[in-house]
Amino acid sequence: MKIKVSWQQRLFNCFNVIFMFLLMIVMLAPMIHVVMASFSEGQEILNSKGIIFWPKNFTFEAYKRAFGNSQIFTGYRTTMFILIVGCSINIVLTTIGAYFMTRKDVMFKKPISMLMIFTMFFSGGLIPLYLTIKGIGLNGSVWAVILVGAISTYNMIIMRTGFDSIPGSLVESAAIDGAGHLKILFSILIPLAMPTLAVITLYYAVGHWNSWFYASIFIDDPKKYPLQLVLRGILLINESSYMTEGASDSEVWAAGEGIKYAVIVIATLPVLCIYPFLQKYFVKGVMIGAVKE
Amino acid sequence: MRTPKTSTVTAAKKPFKERFLRDMKKNYSLYLLILPVIAFYVIVHYVPMYGAIIAFKNYSPAKGILGSAWCGLKNFKEFFGSVYFSRTLINTLRISSLGIVFGFTAPIVLALFINELRSRAYSRIVQTVTYLPHFISLVVICGLLSDFCATDGVITDICVKLGMERQNMLRVPEYFTSIYIASDVWQTVGWGSIIYLAALSGIDSSLYEAAKIDGANRWKQILHVDIPGIMPTIITLLILKMGSIMSVGYEKIILLYNPLTMEKADVISSFVYRKGLLEANYGYSTAVGLFNSVINMMFVVSANMISRKLNGTSLW
Repeated sequence: MKIKVSWQQRLFNCFNVIFMFLLMIVMLAPMIHVVMASFSEGQEILNSKGIIFWPKNFTFEAYKRAFGNSQIFTGYRTTMFILIVGCSINIVLTTIGAYFMTRKDVMFKKPISMLMIFTMFFSGGLIPLYLTIKGIGLNGSVWAVILVGAISTYNMIIMRTGFDSIPGSLVESAAIDGAGHLKILFSILIPLAMPTLAVITLYYAVGHWNSWFYASIFIDDPKKYPLQLVLRGILLINESSYMTEGASDSEVWAAGEGIKYAVIVIATLPVLCIYPFLQKYFVKGVMIGAVKE
Repeated sequence: MRTPKTSTVTAAKKPFKERFLRDMKKNYSLYLLILPVIAFYVIVHYVPMYGAIIAFKNYSPAKGILGSAWCGLKNFKEFFGSVYFSRTLINTLRISSLGIVFGFTAPIVLALFINELRSRAYSRIVQTVTYLPHFISLVVICGLLSDFCATDGVITDICVKLGMERQNMLRVPEYFTSIYIASDVWQTVGWGSIIYLAALSGIDSSLYEAAKIDGANRWKQILHVDIPGIMPTIITLLILKMGSIMSVGYEKIILLYNPLTMEKADVISSFVYRKGLLEANYGYSTAVGLFNSVINMMFVVSANMISRKLNGTSLW
């Protein structure tokens, strides 16, 4: 059935489409500006007004300097290490914890689950955590960052919801056939809950990629800084000048501008490139993580 | 209330020791598996909770947590008596409540608009684009802000056109909250709309048909079908959001603030960070953090209780 569209509705549709288009521009403009400025000459960036929608005096100079910088390289390496090792630990511990929470007939399930969930509501605070990590001698090591981020209780709850959606009869029949906990977890539950596992893995991965705070309090040696911390140094503490040795003062200032944008692109592109392809998983995570109706 | 399952009925009657041994025999491998998880929670969450007792002590690193002398409520009294107490408390409440007003309503409005788009393809593009900022790291966001709000920055240019004075906007205390909230809305509006879009797609289509037959135009449909349809979701999320009113994260604050804006920007958590980690005033900052944690927990727990009472949904 085709319902006749009145002129008010046409007007509304029109307005809506335009409004959404403007919103998209607001969302994308800063990103376009960054990408275009990263290909522009430093002096041109300083002279330009407003958002740069097209490279000015197209050049790869900023990227050459950024990639030539050893801190960007070590930052990438540290972040990749934290990402790969951290995510592996995240996945193992989170699935085990979630599996434990879904077990029946386990005497200490309640108290141990409570122990885990309570931490979502109360924490000892930043300073005692800092002193504890320092106390066990992890200060100055990337392992401190990995340990503190080893489990997110929120993600564990998402994983538990994923396991809960699998029919209990499957697990029971496997148990009757003599399958142990490891077997049940890895041969039955994880393959069936793969989409949920993908969701939490992505959450953890993006979290590791973007995190900087714990590294900033635990790691003192700039050679061990993860990428975001290197980025903070360049963007917010204005350390870009050290990348431009051998240039005159005004050149340093100008080149620093381009480098800023180049490092933002280098540090953000990986996430933004994979995101559209994995969008449905991320979105699914929001749905699972949201309170159930 | 609880009805034990048939398999546990016999077990429940036996004495604790027997049940314990049976459980250990049956589930020892599970307990072995969970051991690293428990170790994580003990080290990263419970040891620090115990360590929080230094809030009541004159902590000195040389003497350690146990060796330091007790000082009662001295640290708390010092905080409540200082200018920082009202300043950080007011800043926390201002930033979080304005964050709720704008950060909470914007995704609802966006979801309603996206839901009204007739073209599915266009709607997908809008969604993909508006979700994007969610994935940009805070360091980059704050780096961009410090660039765009600089004296010759893009945002400053726009504000000058609107009749404001040309200056570095991040150095003006009065602008801090606006910059903080606006960038927050920019980053989270799309991502926050996901949940409402899902709720909207769950509305029975016969309701729209009925509304059309009754002569309701699109605006009326939004008002009388869409909004009532997502009301339970809105209320639940609002209550949960209210629970976090006393917690403004330190990460974005400490990236954005500077000595000039501190009087408007310093919140409780950033104060704890500064006193504790930068000035190494451990006992005092732990006390401030503990005060915040306790208030926070009261808000979160009561928000959850209200939510559960009202519509049976809660975080746990």
